[in-house]
Amino acid sequence: MGSRNPVTWLGSPTFPRAARETLRDTQLRGNLRHATGTIRAKRADAVSELDDWEQLRRAGEAIKDDVLSNLDTYLVQLEEAVTARGGVVHWARDAAEACSTVLRLSRAAGASEVVKVKSMATAEIELNEALAAGGVSAIETDLAELIVQLGHDRPSHILVPAIHRNRAEIREIFRREMPDVDDSLSDDPRALASAAREYLRRKFLSARVAVSGANFAVSETGSIVVVESEGNGRMCLTLPETLITVMGIEKLLPTWQDLEVFLQLLPRSSTAERMNPYTSVWTGVTPGDGPREFHLVLLDNGRTSTLADTVGRQALRCIRCSACLNVCPVYERTGGQAYGSVYPGPIGAILAPQLGGDMHDPHAASLPYASSLCGACFEVCPVRIDIPEVLVHLRSQAVAAKGRSAESSAMAAASWVFGSHRRYEAAQKAGSLARFLTRDGRLSHLPWPGSKWTDARDAPVPQAESFRAWWRKNRG
Amino acid sequence: MSHSSGAPDAALPGSGRRVALFATCLADTLYPDTLRATVRLLERLGCTVDFPHEQTCCGQMHYNTGYREHAATLARRHVAAFTGYDAAIAPSGSCAGMVREVYPGLVGDSEIPERTYELSEFLVDVLGVVDVGAYFPHRVTYHPTCHSLRMLGVGSRPVRLLSAVRGLDLVPLPEAETCCGFGGTFAMKNAETSTAMLSDKMHHVLSTGAEVVSAGDNSCLMHIGGGLSRMRSGVRPLHLADILASTEEAPWAPATR
Ligand code: SF4
Repeated sequence: MGSRNPVTWLGSPTFPRAARETLRDTQLRGNLRHATGTIRAKRADAVSELDDWEQLRRAGEAIKDDVLSNLDTYLVQLEEAVTARGGVVHWARDAAEACSTVLRLSRAAGASEVVKVKSMATAEIELNEALAAGGVSAIETDLAELIVQLGHDRPSHILVPAIHRNRAEIREIFRREMPDVDDSLSDDPRALASAAREYLRRKFLSARVAVSGANFAVSETGSIVVVESEGNGRMCLTLPETLITVMGIEKLLPTWQDLEVFLQLLPRSSTAERMNPYTSVWTGVTPGDGPREFHLVLLDNGRTSTLADTVGRQALRCIRCSACLNVCPVYERTGGQAYGSVYPGPIGAILAPQLGGDMHDPHAASLPYASSLCGACFEVCPVRIDIPEVLVHLRSQAVAAKGRSAESSAMAAASWVFGSHRRYEAAQKAGSLARFLTRDGRLSHLPWPGSKWTDARDAPVPQAESFRAWWRKNRG
Repeated sequence: MSHSSGAPDAALPGSGRRVALFATCLADTLYPDTLRATVRLLERLGCTVDFPHEQTCCGQMHYNTGYREHAATLARRHVAAFTGYDAAIAPSGSCAGMVREVYPGLVGDSEIPERTYELSEFLVDVLGVVDVGAYFPHRVTYHPTCHSLRMLGVGSRPVRLLSAVRGLDLVPLPEAETCCGFGGTFAMKNAETSTAMLSDKMHHVLSTGAEVVSAGDNSCLMHIGGGLSRMRSGVRPLHLADILASTEEAPWAPATR
């Protein structure tokens, strides 16, 4: 073992460094401002239609917490139910195990090409790259995912991975990468969609193996649920002979009835729809209907160690709706790629470092700081993950992993000063001497690290007299 | 309402209440005017205001940056400094939020968190006033700070208070609930991203044509105001307390230095 967890991209710069680049991308800024602004408003409308939204959120939280505290029982139950219905369950400790299982199964089915339903779990383990290395090519069938794949690009959003691209760019990618595409292809969204449809239809009809993720798995019945908008998922899940599903072990729901809660929470939070266009549910195999072989790969890849953290484990409640990305003021400006992980935005900032499990990695350690702690994410999260609480918790871990630094010395010094009101008052007096730095009532240039502030903002001018000194003189 | 000062008047909403001013280290050091305004306002409403000298910093910066142990030490200090008062009132949503929402997990059992209020909460919920007798003849827009909004849930209280101020022309701020990009050490650690957020906030403030941008937190105002000042925009950041303390007899005036 000991291989690197691919949940964070190898060689990623720290968040502030990556953001410095992406903030300059005017196309990205424009796309995201427009897209997130639109979906934010739509989500708010979709949610306000339900009087019991808060109860639904609490129910979602409670069901997922039950799953997480009884994961051992529910997983075994799921395995039994899937096996009883003719499926085969595989357990994968990490990305490497999961990838080699899928590769082995694809080869055994005689496939040199597999079609894929959009899936975060398979992106997390970099399955496509692993399959390619083993001589099997994976074809993404979700439109946005296909754009990312054909563009040899990285995803930047959980739900709309190509949110950073415009239609002129998409046309270019299609003309360059899609075989048999008409050179006169226009950038009209409908023309682009139909070019993709033609390309994909050939793939659907010829593929012997499909690979999917799962939105939910019902342990009581062994049923797997995939929700989607384009119908490509339905094709993948029904046409090929062999279906391989890779699923994080936290995706469980105890009973069929629990779907009632989640099939309301997910679409409204995710696409602002009352109900998603396609909901596919299957249980093992059904002779004469759909795939003849079904394999379920249960993926850990850092989840059990995340589960061991009593504060951080709530991140495992996530149903990947992407509502937290869409409301995040940081994400809206930096875009998803700045996070250097398949999980961007607020959920990425708490999930990627935990799954990766290495706070000594400067990139991972920078992610929990990629937030102003404004709390907009917690407010919308359908399973009530207190993302700010987890961010601050992970910051403590980052500080502990880093050991002594200029910052930790400054923090210790500040804490010592604040530890006595006399020392504090003496420091206030010393600070007031800095008044000589000001010109015309403004403080526009401070030495580093204060320059990080004054690069763009004037600093407040120190006061001749603190409030406490005034109070003592006049009121004390 | 009338606003006589001097001897406690039993008819005033705050009569008989002995409250502690939770000054916050930021305002104590950099914005003493806001604290004097808070004291004037509370006393005008009949409260007896005390300033516990032992208070320094609530520990929020340490806590939010990942220095939990330092924060816990400062939190215990803070709790000791405020013991014995009916209420601790902070002209800050984020410092009040730190004490009320974070302290329980940091210092264990204590009455201080539930007795800590952000100014607008104390005025509206405890004293039961919306019209505090203020006068402020200026065009104002209001930025609801993230922690007052989402940690404390102050909702429309500040806007209701401002709406009752005589002479005040309140202009709604577009995308008001979006963070200004301050976030404590975030503004330093992710300075570029913070600046990108700030520039959008300033754009919206300027679009209102207001002369004054107000908020319940001097920290966020330091950020928004610092950007507006750099642009020489001519828009003044001013805390809610400074506006509510202003009366016809003693109207707000910029401090002379
Ligand atoms: S953290 Fe919550 S809001 Fe964000 S993607 Fe997961 S479920 Fe959705």
